Amino acid sequence: MEQTVMKRFVCVIAAHDTDGKTHPMCVVWEDGAQYEIEKVEECRRMASTRAGGVGLRYAVRIRGKRKYLYEDEGRWFVEAKC
Amino acid sequence: MERVILHSDMNNCYASIELLYNPQWRGVPLIVGGDPQARHGIVLAKDQLAKKAGVKTGMALWEAKQACPGARIVRPHMDLYLKFSRLAHEIYASYTDQVEPFGIDESWLDVTASRACRGDGETIAQEIRERMKEELGVTVSVGVSWNKIFAKLGSDYKKPDAVTVITRENWKDVVWPLPAGDLLYVGPATRRALEQRRIFTIGELAQADPELLQLVFGKMGLVLHVFANGLDQTPVEADGWEAPVKSIGNSVTTPRDMVTRQDISVMICALADTVSARLRLHGFWARRVTLWLRDSGLHGSTKQCRLPKPTDISGEIGAAAMRLVDEAWDGRMPLRSIGVRAGDLITAGSPVQRDLFTDEEAREKRRILDRTVDEIRVRFGAGSIRRCLQDLDPTLRDIHSREEHLVHPRGYFENGNRTGAGEEEQHGTDGDETVRVRHRGA
Repeated sequence: MEQTVMKRFVCVIAAHDTDGKTHPMCVVWEDGAQYEIEKVEECRRMASTRAGGVGLRYAVRIRGKRKYLYEDEGRWFVEAKC
Repeated sequence: MERVILHSDMNNCYASIELLYNPQWRGVPLIVGGDPQARHGIVLAKDQLAKKAGVKTGMALWEAKQACPGARIVRPHMDLYLKFSRLAHEIYASYTDQVEPFGIDESWLDVTASRACRGDGETIAQEIRERMKEELGVTVSVGVSWNKIFAKLGSDYKKPDAVTVITRENWKDVVWPLPAGDLLYVGPATRRALEQRRIFTIGELAQADPELLQLVFGKMGLVLHVFANGLDQTPVEADGWEAPVKSIGNSVTTPRDMVTRQDISVMICALADTVSARLRLHGFWARRVTLWLRDSGLHGSTKQCRLPKPTDISGEIGAAAMRLVDEAWDGRMPLRSIGVRAGDLITAGSPVQRDLFTDEEAREKRRILDRTVDEIRVRFGAGSIRRCLQDLDPTLRDIHSREEHLVHPRGYFENGNRTGAGEEEQHGTDGDETVRVRHRGA
């Protein structure tokens, strides 16, 4: 089976509120490009069967498009196209 | 009120988790196995493709390779599997606080009290199945019934990714035609003994004369009769429940056979060290030491002795084990595996009869020395301090640690026989009796 996505760990700039909740604000790509997160639409535990892994999945809006950002034990990853 | 019990079983747990983290491996049979170099070369888990090719759990890796030459063999990642076990328990905990694990990948849930707010047993089971797939990326099969035994049969009935409900209406149609060997605690020996008496199915077991079963299998015969008739009353333990520790042991299969007494004493030393460290950790003294040996022909034997004084001192446990070695082993067959178990435990610090001839001051010094060694190992690692004896052969050194032996299924009778079988005989059942029943059934 041809795999079209891969797991890519990314840097994330996030805010942590007094309730202990995490609010991702910006994804920093490996070339240094920053992608501002306009909105967090949903956050729930989900598996990424395409990239491989589990974590808290943040459904976020970046440049008007819905993207998924996963957080697993302090590390963030995305399902990146190969 | 009729109980509603679920048994959830993660399908091909280890292999599914490995495939989830390595999606590029899908499509090729996968085997999760031990390390052949360290002679832990058996199949721990396999995926559906390897299963279809004839690979079975427990098979030697070389056999598995013969059955499925194209399979990919990977080493286990226990920390990852434990993480998934914990995440699964978080899901279960949103339905009930009565969750009892049975190994790393199976659990019973008593959802009787959750029905009013979460729906009936099947609804909860379907929800759990969906959530496990979505949130953890693994499939489960769930059995739903009014007792733990039928719930477990239900989870084995249809897999993967399925729910089987065994009700008062359908149980005879579903359960009774199944082979007797599918029942919990009917192992190969019990199955053969049943077959000799023309009992092949669970239905035939259920209809057999309980007195005959008791005659052949003792109390376990009555228990099996209760299981087969859906009369088991064993409760699902509350989450976080842990069985009282009855004994503490450790065993190891060495990278090469132990041929000389010296080889054995190196291993006994290391095992006694870990066993005594665990005794101290749990605050126990042992009054009995059991030695377990398995020779290169895979024949196992055990021997035990009482200790003159309750102890957690490594040297005393090791010396007792070596005396047992001298009694049990004639030196002819090389040994492949060896184990030391400390039993008949009492709380450390319990009053003990002293005598004129034992130097208690020296014993206390040895105890302090052991504790100091524990602290050094905690701070600087298990290999930071060892006996000179262990340097005699590097291949027999540093091959086990306390943590490696902690994952194992819990016995069904760990807290006594509460099935409802032969109740009048069960009063006063002590720890030893429970252990005996467990071993016979296993």
